[in-house]
Amino acid sequence: MAGLWVVAEPNADGSLARISAEVATLARSLGSRSGREPVGIVVAADPADPARELATFLPRVVAVADPAARGHAWAAVAAERIAAVIRDDPDAVVLAGAGPDGRDLAGALAALTALGVLVNAIAVDWREDRPKVQMSVFGGKLATTSTFTRPGGIVTIRPNTITAEPAGSPGQVEAAGVPGELALLPVAVIEEVAEAGAAAPIEEAKVIVSGGRGVGGREGFALVQELATALGGAVGATRAAVDSGWIPYAQQIGQTGKIVKPRLYLALGISGAIQHKVGMQTAETIIAINRDPDAPIAEFADLLVVGDLFQVVPALLLALRARAG
Amino acid sequence: MHIVVLTKPVPDPAAAAERLGADFRLERSASPSVVNANDEYALEAALKLTERHGGEVTLLTMSPVGAADTMRKALAMGATRGVLVTDPALAGSCVRSTMTVLAAALGAMTFDLVLAGADTSDGGGGVVPAGIAALLRLPYLGNAATIEPDGTSGRVRVRRITPTGYDLLEAPMPALIVCTQALGEPRYPSLKGIMGARAKEITVRSLADIGLDTVSVGGAVASTAVLETQRPPARGATRVVRGSAEDGAREIVALLESRRLI
Repeated sequence: MAGLWVVAEPNADGSLARISAEVATLARSLGSRSGREPVGIVVAADPADPARELATFLPRVVAVADPAARGHAWAAVAAERIAAVIRDDPDAVVLAGAGPDGRDLAGALAALTALGVLVNAIAVDWREDRPKVQMSVFGGKLATTSTFTRPGGIVTIRPNTITAEPAGSPGQVEAAGVPGELALLPVAVIEEVAEAGAAAPIEEAKVIVSGGRGVGGREGFALVQELATALGGAVGATRAAVDSGWIPYAQQIGQTGKIVKPRLYLALGISGAIQHKVGMQTAETIIAINRDPDAPIAEFADLLVVGDLFQVVPALLLALRARAG
Repeated sequence: MHIVVLTKPVPDPAAAAERLGADFRLERSASPSVVNANDEYALEAALKLTERHGGEVTLLTMSPVGAADTMRKALAMGATRGVLVTDPALAGSCVRSTMTVLAAALGAMTFDLVLAGADTSDGGGGVVPAGIAALLRLPYLGNAATIEPDGTSGRVRVRRITPTGYDLLEAPMPALIVCTQALGEPRYPSLKGIMGARAKEITVRSLADIGLDTVSVGGAVASTAVLETQRPPARGATRVVRGSAEDGAREIVALLESRRLI
């Protein structure tokens, strides 16, 4: 029977990435509609823990233990192992996240199999024998619904498309056979360096507080961070703020940065130019604080507070703290 | 050092006039075409590398034949020459076809590095470079913030941006690297560069030229198909609040509460 496969992506510490829990939850709901069994695949040097974690979301998880998954770039190694697991399933539907690891994985897996790819899904449904995938193109200006020209294919899912929910009872974990030689040369990771900044991918944040040119400098970003912390969110930035060296590139949102879809996006001192807008306009709620009432962001925010962010944000922090008691 | 940079002409996002035609294919006449912004970072990185280590930069594009005009803009930045793979059968190509065609074109070229941009502003997939690397069995180094080739050892080191910092990757060349904005701002073409670009060579290749046929790639064998398009739901009207900072804060808290965000 054709499968509905969920790729487990790893965090830096080897635990299961949150996007994979979301993708697994989606697969479970598609499982009942498609008649396919959702199965997780974990490729790791020591897959036991992430496999057990994934099995809280799925009835069945296949664990591939490959020492090469540690100390090497993960995606190419995983793609080759996953291609082997699904080799006898020409109509496999494979679901992965749409972050950097998921993209790399999807591209390599497409090359190693006969499967097509639909990217950056914002909704996945099922029609007859195959998935029906909604995605946003042209930076969110248009949504398309696409499908595969055969029953199988690879779909990458944007973070925050679904809310992860564990299954009623944990599933079974089974070890896959001992993998053979890799045909693709694994790329060595010489060193892993942690820098100050986000602890999780910004694409996964439910709340993002972002700063632009109006934040004025590194000191200003301390205030952005304070508000993000108060709201349990992550810090984002415009390209102007990144170019000025106020915040790392990994936190840049927009055309040449990340595309995000949080529940709440708070834009501080951000004019809302098209290059930034395409990265955040699908946020559920957009609140802007800006001195300029005619800034482009006034056209797509839900709420625009016209004022000095250095006065409004402290007042907002006071109000939030008063409310929290 | 020979570097191939993958470049895609895309509808100019700043013009905000992108449209799909009745066949759900990009209506290229609706919008001016520019070099994909992320590809310009890859080109800039390639130019800096060849300035430091010597060598040449070749652009590789798969696009309708009109793309040559857009390629001139990238040639004006300093690339040595361009290769344009174009064929009527490629209209409506899927991601699989794109990676297969570019891999076949690269198969006939000599290079130390292939550089690509992180994704495109139209489709935004970002999956093609990893596919090309797998097809050609090239080491793949993604999300690069720095690129340091070592001619003596024949290896290249890349800082791959991670959510928490970076991983330092190392692989033998030839290799394929996906570039980010962290590599540095693309230069503006000089007047001399613009004039010089007119005389630079753009080699046009058909599918047959790169050893492929319309049974294996192109619109007729696309692995994906668009069923319909929707305008994203319009956002509600913007509520604009003026007044004291406290008024503004109160309004924000009220909205957060009403939407159960706090």
